[in-house]
Amino acid sequence: MNAIIVAALWGVLMMYVGFMTKEKRTVSIIALIGILAVLVSNWLEYVGLSFFMIDTKGMLAYNSFGLIFNTVILFATFLYFVLSAKEIEEAGRTPSDLYALLFFILSGIAVIAGFRSLLTLFIGIEIVSIPLYVLAGSNKQDLRSNEAALKYFLMGSFSTGLMLMGIAFLYGDTGTFFVEGINAGVTVLSPMKIIGFVLLLASMSFKVSAAPFHFWTPDVYDGSPTVFTSFMATIVKAAGFFAFLKLFESAFGKIQTEWQLLVAIIAALTLIIGNITAVFQQSVKRMLSYSSIAQAGFMLLGVFALNVYAKQGMILYFAAYSIATIVIFSVLGKLKDHTIEAFNGMGKKEPMVSLALLIAFLSLAGIPLTAGFFAKYYMLLAVIKDGGMLWLAAIAILGAAVSVYYYFRVLQAIYFKQPTEGEAIPFSKGFRWSILVASLILILLGIHPDWVTLLL
Amino acid sequence: MFAAFDNFPALLIWLPLAGGLLSFFIKSASGARTTALITSFLILGVMAVALCYADSKYYMLNQVSYVWLPNVGSSFGLILDGLTRLLCLLTALVFPVVFLLVPADRYENANRFFGLMLLAQCGLMGVFMATDALVFYLFWELALIPVYFLSSIWGGERRIKATFKFFVYTFLGSLFLLVGILYMHLKTSTGSFSLVAFYNVQLSLAEQYWLFFLFFIAFAIKMPIFPLHTWQPEAYEQAPTPVTMVLSGVMVKMGLFGLLRWLLPLFPMAVRHFNTAIIITIVIGMIYASLVAIRQDNIKRLIAYSSIAHIGLMAAGAFTLRDVAMHGLVLQMFNHGINIVALWAVADIVEKQTGVSSISGLGGVAKKAPMLAIFAVIAAFANIALPLTNAFVGEFMIFNGLYQFKPWVAALAGVSIVLSAVYTLNMVKNVFFGAVAVSVGEFKDINKWQVFVLASLTFLIFAVGIYPAPFFKMIYETVGLIVNRFVTI
Repeated sequence: MNAIIVAALWGVLMMYVGFMTKEKRTVSIIALIGILAVLVSNWLEYVGLSFFMIDTKGMLAYNSFGLIFNTVILFATFLYFVLSAKEIEEAGRTPSDLYALLFFILSGIAVIAGFRSLLTLFIGIEIVSIPLYVLAGSNKQDLRSNEAALKYFLMGSFSTGLMLMGIAFLYGDTGTFFVEGINAGVTVLSPMKIIGFVLLLASMSFKVSAAPFHFWTPDVYDGSPTVFTSFMATIVKAAGFFAFLKLFESAFGKIQTEWQLLVAIIAALTLIIGNITAVFQQSVKRMLSYSSIAQAGFMLLGVFALNVYAKQGMILYFAAYSIATIVIFSVLGKLKDHTIEAFNGMGKKEPMVSLALLIAFLSLAGIPLTAGFFAKYYMLLAVIKDGGMLWLAAIAILGAAVSVYYYFRVLQAIYFKQPTEGEAIPFSKGFRWSILVASLILILLGIHPDWVTLLL
Repeated sequence: MFAAFDNFPALLIWLPLAGGLLSFFIKSASGARTTALITSFLILGVMAVALCYADSKYYMLNQVSYVWLPNVGSSFGLILDGLTRLLCLLTALVFPVVFLLVPADRYENANRFFGLMLLAQCGLMGVFMATDALVFYLFWELALIPVYFLSSIWGGERRIKATFKFFVYTFLGSLFLLVGILYMHLKTSTGSFSLVAFYNVQLSLAEQYWLFFLFFIAFAIKMPIFPLHTWQPEAYEQAPTPVTMVLSGVMVKMGLFGLLRWLLPLFPMAVRHFNTAIIITIVIGMIYASLVAIRQDNIKRLIAYSSIAHIGLMAAGAFTLRDVAMHGLVLQMFNHGINIVALWAVADIVEKQTGVSSISGLGGVAKKAPMLAIFAVIAAFANIALPLTNAFVGEFMIFNGLYQFKPWVAALAGVSIVLSAVYTLNMVKNVFFGAVAVSVGEFKDINKWQVFVLASLTFLIFAVGIYPAPFFKMIYETVGLIVNRFVTI
């Protein structure tokens, strides 16, 4: 509850900051203070100090899972603000508006973190989505950005429509919006519940860009300003997954055996399509959008299994995937050229940034001693523990092997190719250090994942 | 978390790690080389001392168990027992040899080169000593990453592609291994990753069968065993020779070691079920590799194919499950490391001086460099397992086991040894004897460091060949434990 209110208030504050100062740096610093405030207030709620007592009639309730998820997300956002502040400042004429939208999204994510009723879930997802449409189109001069925004909006509203329809069907069947009510006492599935369930599955798959509902993802991610692609592909996607997992656990947990095969097929398709298509990309930005689909496939394994490993792994996956992707996108946002060749010889020119990229890519590929390894470890463990469908684990590891191919292509460009002549890349000293520190977090979590997983 | 440093396994892990990290920060090339040399000799020293404290009453000195991830069920466990002592000794020997042979100015960014080499050593030591499956897996991957970078940065023309193939192959293999490990982990009664807990898991026959293959593929790719060997000749040829020494001398032993420590004891019934088929495949691969080796003109490719044949023989020995073959194989792992490093050292010296690595472009090196020729001939003899050389002892015992298993298998495998004499001697004849080739005109004999290195290797070749008893004493108990797993079923 703390995070919702603090984030929303800070969003409003950010809008007013735009009137008070034209100094972009100041705006960024205020935003940074804001994210720390939200982070701390959320953490205080975790340790038991809640500032606000609002009676939501049980529609919002926070357990440790939701609060830890929120903390991880807010921390990732903090890193994102640190690493990408310059790009946010340059993305629009008034960065304060953009920051305000980002804070509103965080507020929406905090709603998702605590939903107990389908209505709050819906509201949370909408609070997240609508500012995102604006952010996707924030580069008004660029046609592709406009196209991305429009596409995102159309696809997003379509999936929202599906979701509302699904909620309506479920309400019709059970007479309640509360997830416990939907989960309660069902042994025989009614057709209405099945329709409602399938509609919700489809809309959630849209949100997390799972195949075969992923077609909007590459275009939207590629067209949006890089700095917001970073936010969409990490923090928003993690929120989508949290909603997915929590919805399926709390509202459809009892009928898990009925839908497991369906989710398994979606996960397998997502892994296969995401990984194979990513191989053929020449633009790193587009490659990362397909890679985000592939990683979504891995996270779907958690939704599939829904056991204790899945929940711990999911949190770790959010941290590992978000931090690594934010690190890579923050570099990408500073390059004018998004092809792989733009990275040629970076290892010689920029050793610190290159090392950070190396760690981030190794983590995405799931090499041991990085957080990405334990993220994948937990997902595989969850599937194997579940026991029913081991072929899913086989597809997952084949996907992971393929993913090495496209991640390492960038690393090969960085370390083994000769640098191309051209202007030096504008990395400031502060950026170099902060990106290195961000990537070292991945190593720390890779050595000791218990620091995150034991919080649950 | 990182308590006790006062025991051998801990030192063997942390020394190369610390030395490697330190090397990265030393700007001067010669400084980095000195650091690497000092570190590697320190490790060798620790290893030598550890050999003196091998008795079981020094148990506490030879094992480590740090609390690492209690919640996951993994502890950072290492052990030095008979089997690992031999392999760690090999690792500790190979690295100083490599560092002595590489002058500081050979590679650009020498500090990174030596740093990555030491990190690879750390990974290898960890693989051999791990008593916890997750730790084993971590080191298994960590040994790979530095080698990937070493080969891709300092290798030959087609290095990036060749090394990447190698990387993807092994990475895929290790993912299978990971799934296998996770499955075993979930089967243990205590939710642990320790080797002991894995040994106590009761598996059904069907489970053993497919788990066997999950583990076996990873190890087979690493060794490599026909038909999963296709990454190997390319990778050996394209990697810089010092890295190839590490790859072929020590890293391929990871696969064999994996067989002995994990695969055979964990899935004895599956091993018994599949061993005939696997041995036949391996023997076919040995003959195939030997035939290909005969046709090679490039020295490095020739040694690479020869290595497939020799490793194949060892793997076949492991699957015979015969006591004598097991002992021979463990000794031969050490021998093969020494012999092939000696061969690579000779090949490297010739290639660096002449710039030619094809057999047809060389000739008459012995006239210009008699010392080198002597060492080369001895290394070649060891490679074809002539009596008095170390490989004779090992391969004889493996053949003994193969013969007990099925005489005709031993006969077929023997063909590859005959072929090995053909290509090895052919290479020695064409490179070292005959008319002096143009490229060899300016050839200088080896310097005192190279003599020192080659002489030490030659000493080991003869020492083990003439008096192998101390080595058998070292491994006796551990190998006995592995063989016992088969007696009881």
